[in-house]
Amino acid sequence: MDINDKLVADLVANDVSFVTTVPCKQLAGVIDKIDAHPDILHIPSNKEDEGMGLCAGAFMGGKRPAIIMQNTALGVTINTLATLIQYYRMPLPMLISYRGELGEPVACQVEMAVHTKALLDQMHIPTFHFHRQSDAEEFDKILKYTFMCNKPVAILTDASFWGGY
Amino acid sequence: MIRSDVLKTLIPMISDHFVVCNIGLPSQELHMLDDQPTNFYMLGTMGLSSSIGLGLALAQKQKVISIDGDGSVLTNFGTLPTIANNVADNFILLIIDNGSYGSTGDQPTYAGKKTSLTAVAQACGCENVIECAAEDCADVMEQALTGDKMTIIVCKCESGNIPVPVITKDPVTIRDRFMTALREKNAQ
Repeated sequence: MDINDKLVADLVANDVSFVTTVPCKQLAGVIDKIDAHPDILHIPSNKEDEGMGLCAGAFMGGKRPAIIMQNTALGVTINTLATLIQYYRMPLPMLISYRGELGEPVACQVEMAVHTKALLDQMHIPTFHFHRQSDAEEFDKILKYTFMCNKPVAILTDASFWGGY
Repeated sequence: MIRSDVLKTLIPMISDHFVVCNIGLPSQELHMLDDQPTNFYMLGTMGLSSSIGLGLALAQKQKVISIDGDGSVLTNFGTLPTIANNVADNFILLIIDNGSYGSTGDQPTYAGKKTSLTAVAQACGCENVIECAAEDCADVMEQALTGDKMTIIVCKCESGNIPVPVITKDPVTIRDRFMTALREKNAQ
């Protein structure tokens, strides 16, 4: 199965029906499939903290949400993660493209890559790193874990996982 | 009229509805005036009242009112195009525009100067934007609630605050009772 189809199939199988996205080249295929899927309401957002607000509302409205974003935006979401998602104990799978890892052509992306895991660690956010395509076999379990524990959970997907740029 | 006066006039019509209320004094005032399980008080996260409200409205069928402020909308300006392009006819965004950051000491906002949030919302593509004076806000809200059309209300009022106690309720309690009330209402 195509990796984009697999990720979207796992989202749908876990009743994730509200997805907000801020685009990334690496995640473009997943975003296209989410947009086209009849069981998912796709609401693109302009900034990641705004997207987390949308997800919080959707969760309280009875839908399971998810956000798709780049690791470079982690900084602007710290307050929202702490004072909304974590404080009110809400589940939020964060499917993140991990820019700035091996194969990265843009030097500036490395500047946030070096902080990404440290920030997630500091926020006590369970973090999974997809480096090889077989790592995605755990995606289904990660989603179940997220909705079991009502926490934000990060899934970092790097360039090797996506097969380069 | 200041914000707490506006909220007081709104209580009779919003009390039974699902309300997402902005961080700081607006939530504290609503909590003091009319605490209800159908109120979701934001204890942190400035700017996201409209985003939470839109997400809620898109996810289910009950009417949702987001009470926001001019300062908070300025903080999360990206929300207006998202609202405009994802119309939820069960969503009302009330921006109480007192031209100041009330919770932090009434510092002036740009909305109280050259920037018109009404014009910005319209430019973002919001189709039903109503600017009103504080005295007329309750009537405008009543009309918005009886209509089935997404509405953005920009209520111009004076800057000023009343002393209010902070909210000591646990956030998970606030969230859980809100979700329970919403689930029960949707099951009726």
